[in-house]
Amino acid sequence: MGMSMAELPDRDPAAAVLRPRYLKVFLTFARNSLVRDMTFRVNFILQCLTSISWTVMNIGFYIIVFQFTKEIGVDTGWGKYQFFIFLATTWLINSLVQAFFMPNAQEFSELIRTGHLDFALVKPIDTQFLISFQKVDWSALSNFWMGIALLGFSLSHLMTVPESPLELHPVVFLLYPIYIFCGCLIMYSVMITLAATSIWLGRNQTLYNFWFYLTNFSRYPMEIYWRSWGWSLWGVFTFLIPVLVVVNVPARLMAQPVSPRSNWELWLTGFAVLATVMSLWVSRAIFRRALMSYRSASS
Amino acid sequence: MGTMIQAKMSTWWTIMKIALEERLVYRGDFALGTLMRFLPIITQIFLWSAIFMSVGGGDMQGQEIKGFTINTMIAYYLLTMMGRAFSSMPGLASGVALQVRNGEIKKFLIQPIDLVGFLLLNRVAHKLVYYAVALLPFVFVFWLCGDYFSEHFQHSTASWPSSSRLAVFLLSLVFAFLLGFFMEVCIGLISFWFLEVTSLLFIYMLMNFFLSGHMFPLDLLPDSARMVVDWLPLKYLAYFPAAIFLGLVPEDRLWAQLAVEVVWVLFFILASRWMLARGLRRYSGFGG
Repeated sequence: MGMSMAELPDRDPAAAVLRPRYLKVFLTFARNSLVRDMTFRVNFILQCLTSISWTVMNIGFYIIVFQFTKEIGVDTGWGKYQFFIFLATTWLINSLVQAFFMPNAQEFSELIRTGHLDFALVKPIDTQFLISFQKVDWSALSNFWMGIALLGFSLSHLMTVPESPLELHPVVFLLYPIYIFCGCLIMYSVMITLAATSIWLGRNQTLYNFWFYLTNFSRYPMEIYWRSWGWSLWGVFTFLIPVLVVVNVPARLMAQPVSPRSNWELWLTGFAVLATVMSLWVSRAIFRRALMSYRSASS
Repeated sequence: MGTMIQAKMSTWWTIMKIALEERLVYRGDFALGTLMRFLPIITQIFLWSAIFMSVGGGDMQGQEIKGFTINTMIAYYLLTMMGRAFSSMPGLASGVALQVRNGEIKKFLIQPIDLVGFLLLNRVAHKLVYYAVALLPFVFVFWLCGDYFSEHFQHSTASWPSSSRLAVFLLSLVFAFLLGFFMEVCIGLISFWFLEVTSLLFIYMLMNFFLSGHMFPLDLLPDSARMVVDWLPLKYLAYFPAAIFLGLVPEDRLWAQLAVEVVWVLFFILASRWMLARGLRRYSGFGG
């Protein structure tokens, strides 16, 4: 089939139809989801409020914690406002993942069980793309704005404190969004790998839970694992399933002073890029492998 | 009379058996889910260790936050997991609301089965299967973390639970189950009046998570907030059983506190009966 497609002259409008334009398809998906969300506007607003209240509660817990301690871990530099930057980074990444990938991964398990994956397989578009981006949960993005607000608030506090205010190199503002993006990609890889397992298991209801528990390890500064058997956890979640670098790298860039940067921080920052590429590559391989063993459910 | 009770018993037993079997269909999925619930406790151990370390400037031994040492804290989180194993009712309220909305509730009007009783038996069956599956991981994790408990009791004024305290602890778990069940049923039954209870249920879940003691020990709350939370029924779902076991509730107040819990349970039982009766009176079902 690939041959016949290639032989068609470029000017033929049919050729353009056959070769999907991924960006356009994605924008159509996003627009469709927005239209659907806007059909039930009150529901949409309620969902936004719902996700916001979870984050408010989340920060409530840390406000309580920081009543009793100045920082998390001794001399780690994760004081109250530094940690709020960490928290804001978590929200930013989580909201993006929840908006773009989560609804699709949840749907995927259902597609397997009902056999509706057949319809995705026969479409002339990359299957992983199709099942990863079909839906966008716009309401989840409300937490993105919460993250921006908390980030702005904490930064402005840290940069104006009288004793040793935080100074940020302009390059940080360039790197931060890049690493946020990398973080999202790592999370996506973990999710698509978990989703692929539902092909083998037949059903994977605990998918969301498992994802939540796994990414739970990414929600805290990695320094807390730097003692006794925590080191093994640190190793596993940095090198094997690199969820620990997801939030830690961008948050550290933003929250901790540029100099002095120790060697391991530079290594970690470089490693995060490698980890992103590797995760994407491995997860795609696993996904394709899993698709091979897909047997449609009876229709 | 005797045969009637016998008939009723056999009906309930059948319902229970079906629920048990239903629960065992996806065993693998279920066992995996149970094990995973212990993962967050690992991050809690490391997070609180880091916090206690910074309070003590590098040494967390002997450091206290509102009377909690690191050992008390970890033991507390483990015990709230046990409380939650009894009191959490995933999908109960939304299930009731769905039945009201799509009219499935009609079948309880024409069958000689009580809706709340049916749900309760179902839940008991589900919980029994859950404990059967979860017992092993629970014992294993508690055994692993045994030191936190012995350290806690060594350094606090409280001793290991006496038999009477243990009895109150076990009772509080049973009542936590009943309280959690009837509270959620009540929220589900509100759907007789408002068809959509999702947002209401969400507020409940949020409050439950934050104020039941599941997220952190209620002792950490500021005193004024603590006063209010002490009067809410939510603390019985997670905080109370754990506090009893760890000896955080004064011995002379144990039974009184338990009595307050019983009053709450009775209140929600009565509320659910009343709501069901009133709700069915205004309910109209169409079609088949």
